[in-house]
Amino acid sequence: MFDTWPLLSLVIWTPIVGGMLVLATGGDKNASEARVLALIVSIVTFALSIPLYTEFNVANGSMQFIEYAQWMSLGDLNLYYHLGVDGIAMPLIVLTTFITVIVVIASWDVIKYKAAQYMAAFLIMEGLMVGVFSSMDAALFYVFWEAMLIPMFLVIGVWGGPNRVYATIKFFLYTFLGSVFMLVALIYMANKTGNFEILQLQDLKLTLEEQIYIFIAFLLAFAVKVPMWPVHTWLPDAHVEAPTGGSVVLAAIMLKLGAYGFLRFSLPITPDASQELAWLMITLSLIAVVYIGFVALVQQDMKKLIAYSSISHMGFVTLGLFIVWSIYNKQTGDTTMIITGINGAVVQMISHGFISGAMFLVVGVMYDRIHSRKIADYGGVANTMPTFAAFAVFFAMANAGLPGTSGFVGEFLVIMAAFKANPWFAFLAALTLIVGAAYTLWMVKRVFFGEVANDKVKGLTDINSREFFFLSVLAVMVLFFGLYPAPLLEVMDESVENLVRHILQTKIPQ
Amino acid sequence: MELIASYVSSTMMNDLTISQLPLALPEIVMLCMASLVLIVDVFLNDKTRGGTYILSQFTLVALAVITVMTFAQGKSIAFHGNFVRDGMGDLLKIVVYLVTFTVFLYSKSYLKDRGMYKGEYYVLGLFAVLGMMVMISAQSFLTIYLGLELLSLCLYALVALQRDSVIASEAAMKYFVLGAIASGMLLYGMSMIYGATGSLELATINAEVMSKSDNIILIFGLVFVLVGVAFKLGAVPFHMWLPDVYQGSPTAVTIFIGSAPKIAAFAMLMRLLVDGLYGLHVQWQDMLIILAVASMALGNVVAIAQTNIKRMLAYSTISHVGFILLGVMTAGKEGYAASMFYTIVYTLMALGAFGMIMYMSRKGFESDKLDDFRGLNQRSPWFALMMLIIMFSMAGVPPFVGFWAKLSILHAVIGVNMTWLAVTAVVFSIIGAFYYLRIIKLMYFDTPHDTSGIEAASDIRVMLSINGLAILCLGFYPELIMGLVTAVI
Repeated sequence: MFDTWPLLSLVIWTPIVGGMLVLATGGDKNASEARVLALIVSIVTFALSIPLYTEFNVANGSMQFIEYAQWMSLGDLNLYYHLGVDGIAMPLIVLTTFITVIVVIASWDVIKYKAAQYMAAFLIMEGLMVGVFSSMDAALFYVFWEAMLIPMFLVIGVWGGPNRVYATIKFFLYTFLGSVFMLVALIYMANKTGNFEILQLQDLKLTLEEQIYIFIAFLLAFAVKVPMWPVHTWLPDAHVEAPTGGSVVLAAIMLKLGAYGFLRFSLPITPDASQELAWLMITLSLIAVVYIGFVALVQQDMKKLIAYSSISHMGFVTLGLFIVWSIYNKQTGDTTMIITGINGAVVQMISHGFISGAMFLVVGVMYDRIHSRKIADYGGVANTMPTFAAFAVFFAMANAGLPGTSGFVGEFLVIMAAFKANPWFAFLAALTLIVGAAYTLWMVKRVFFGEVANDKVKGLTDINSREFFFLSVLAVMVLFFGLYPAPLLEVMDESVENLVRHILQTKIPQ
Repeated sequence: MELIASYVSSTMMNDLTISQLPLALPEIVMLCMASLVLIVDVFLNDKTRGGTYILSQFTLVALAVITVMTFAQGKSIAFHGNFVRDGMGDLLKIVVYLVTFTVFLYSKSYLKDRGMYKGEYYVLGLFAVLGMMVMISAQSFLTIYLGLELLSLCLYALVALQRDSVIASEAAMKYFVLGAIASGMLLYGMSMIYGATGSLELATINAEVMSKSDNIILIFGLVFVLVGVAFKLGAVPFHMWLPDVYQGSPTAVTIFIGSAPKIAAFAMLMRLLVDGLYGLHVQWQDMLIILAVASMALGNVVAIAQTNIKRMLAYSTISHVGFILLGVMTAGKEGYAASMFYTIVYTLMALGAFGMIMYMSRKGFESDKLDDFRGLNQRSPWFALMMLIIMFSMAGVPPFVGFWAKLSILHAVIGVNMTWLAVTAVVFSIIGAFYYLRIIKLMYFDTPHDTSGIEAASDIRVMLSINGLAILCLGFYPELIMGLVTAVI
């Protein structure tokens, strides 16, 4: 029944238009109307994104749900409104719509100041993020990519913590800095093809030198977003200052955009440069995994700890993507392990979306009650909030990569592929299983176990039904994909194979 | 003077054909109407001043209609090569009318509050528009200079409109002295080129220049002409007057100086460099690169240090001028179109930004400090949103139209294999993003000193909303302007 529906457009524009309607409800006296409307819009959007999964043809590795129309011509450049998803982008879109519903529920009565603007910002951001994942025209992609910064800038700046202004301007300028170089690279290529169609850019012949410059421009854009060491410093600041909802979206979705950029742009458009510079990417990924893991260990602030753990986990994603050439054996032409690595990276992206989102929500639940993120201000929370502690410990285990949770699947697949590439890569990456467990569980021990630390903790009340609802939904997802990742792997398998075929061909003109 | 007089008598007086007059219909109508407004105003007092206002606005609308109805198909040169009527000129003129219309609308209550609601403002404004029209349609050095001086003299007088304001008088004085120097430079350069080519007509000059592009006198003349134009545009290092004039003038005049004359200056740049001196493009390309990079660098960096928003917008103008010059620098149709698009978009944004200042100001309160924008989101969420749109558009963040303007320029620059220049330009726009973000920070993240609502006339509220929404909507479909621009270049 959905064959004739412009599903992707609906999923992009429903929340944006809905967000504007929410904005139109006006001041704080209509806050409850704004909340209800926002919830309806987010649920409708989520419902609209479900058919993307159910109607998806898993046997087809190329783009589906295509929408194509001439947008405009600027001078001799033609721009198209071209949307489409493959098995990599589609799960990320569903993740986005899902997380937005959770965020709306989680911020329900927590946000009192300008609630309509807050909800509207998240809805508009949702539409823009889906736009990024589904754009098949690089100019359209860039518009969504940059426009997304505006609502996030406002969310952190208006509803954030004491140091919010510094954090949000740093966030904006860092990401803006990275993206504009990508814009120059895109225009450079568009001058050769006459348009910004991503599929045509992927087939464009480029010399190695050109590819390296373009790769570096992309790297600046995507590495900042992922974020990779050493351009990660905006993330802990942004996370610490952002309101809970902002942190959740930032960790669960925005970070994935960087990795998605590598998959959609860097690898297929500049495969030879990626091969040439894979050593750099692997080194940076391993530094993120190991070094940032140790940095997380010493954090005093829970949100900062989770932020560093995010960077460390995202290191797995970039590792999985760039070990392709270390695995590839020209004689046999066997790509099984390569596909395992990239599959692992994508699964890690999805799973980290659930787990990091859940971790930030856990911190948010405590912050709403005590207004502190310092680990030292807590202790023995399990005594006063037993149900909540159960959830928290579960998500912490998932964050540490416990088998049976989704955190395990991605890491395991990537480590397996890394072992094939070079046992040392695997060894270093696997260190995270120890370090990750150390920083997460140590935090859990200090916050949840032991004696009740102070009167504030003594006065805590356990989670209400609203909080129980969103935490349990996330817990189910984490457990489901941990025990049975097949639905996810099935969807992306063909697309990943398609991608691998593409990136193993040289694009240097003969 | 004798030279000019003999030139005029030999070419103009002898056989001026009546049939060419309709080509200059908009200019003729403008001249008549401006004179009429001058006369009518004498018979009006402060209570009935609305008549002057309405007549001026009617003139602008009527001219827009006339120009649209008689829109030029192709290029016709009249009055012995002194005057040109082409699509580019007509489009730019229409933009000038609409921009001036908006300026008059925005400034009405500002002028009323400050006892400046006099006929002079409108008469000088209309004559300035006539000057711009002449500049836009100029096809010889003589007409360019005539138009430029008519425009400049009106602007000097407008800046000094508040006779007793020390800061405004200082600004007017600076503007006049530096403007006179610039005119002198321009004339000096023109005389050199006249000496080398023996003509004041751009078409003849162009033909001459093509055949002797290595002539040192020509290059010497080019340098001075370009210095004169750079002064008028406000490109670094000839920008010194701009911040002082922007800050010192009453906002109702700043908005005028900061918008419509940029269109005319762009036209002058195009007429001089492309119609007249294309043969020297290798030379002027290098000069424009230096001007552009210096403007973007200084404009964006110094704007960060400002606490007065008018002064900050002055430096932001300088950086935008850098971008406009980049497009012309490419010496190709693509680049000219991009520059023209950028100029139009820039005036739209500048109108909005200065309009916001006037919207927030009231009697005895100029609202020209950055701090005055503090907490605007709590006082007036809708107009805070409009200002947010304008600021993000100026910073070049999509989906607003300012992004597409920057994109077209970058596209043109990369198209002539100057990717390094495009990279330089984007680096400076990142620096520029900071001070635009700071305004948004003030409006959204800070709490206001004064929590009272803002009272403003409904016409300015409606127009500001249209202005802001236009920036947003054109961002979704910039081809609306870009298509027109490409068609006439």
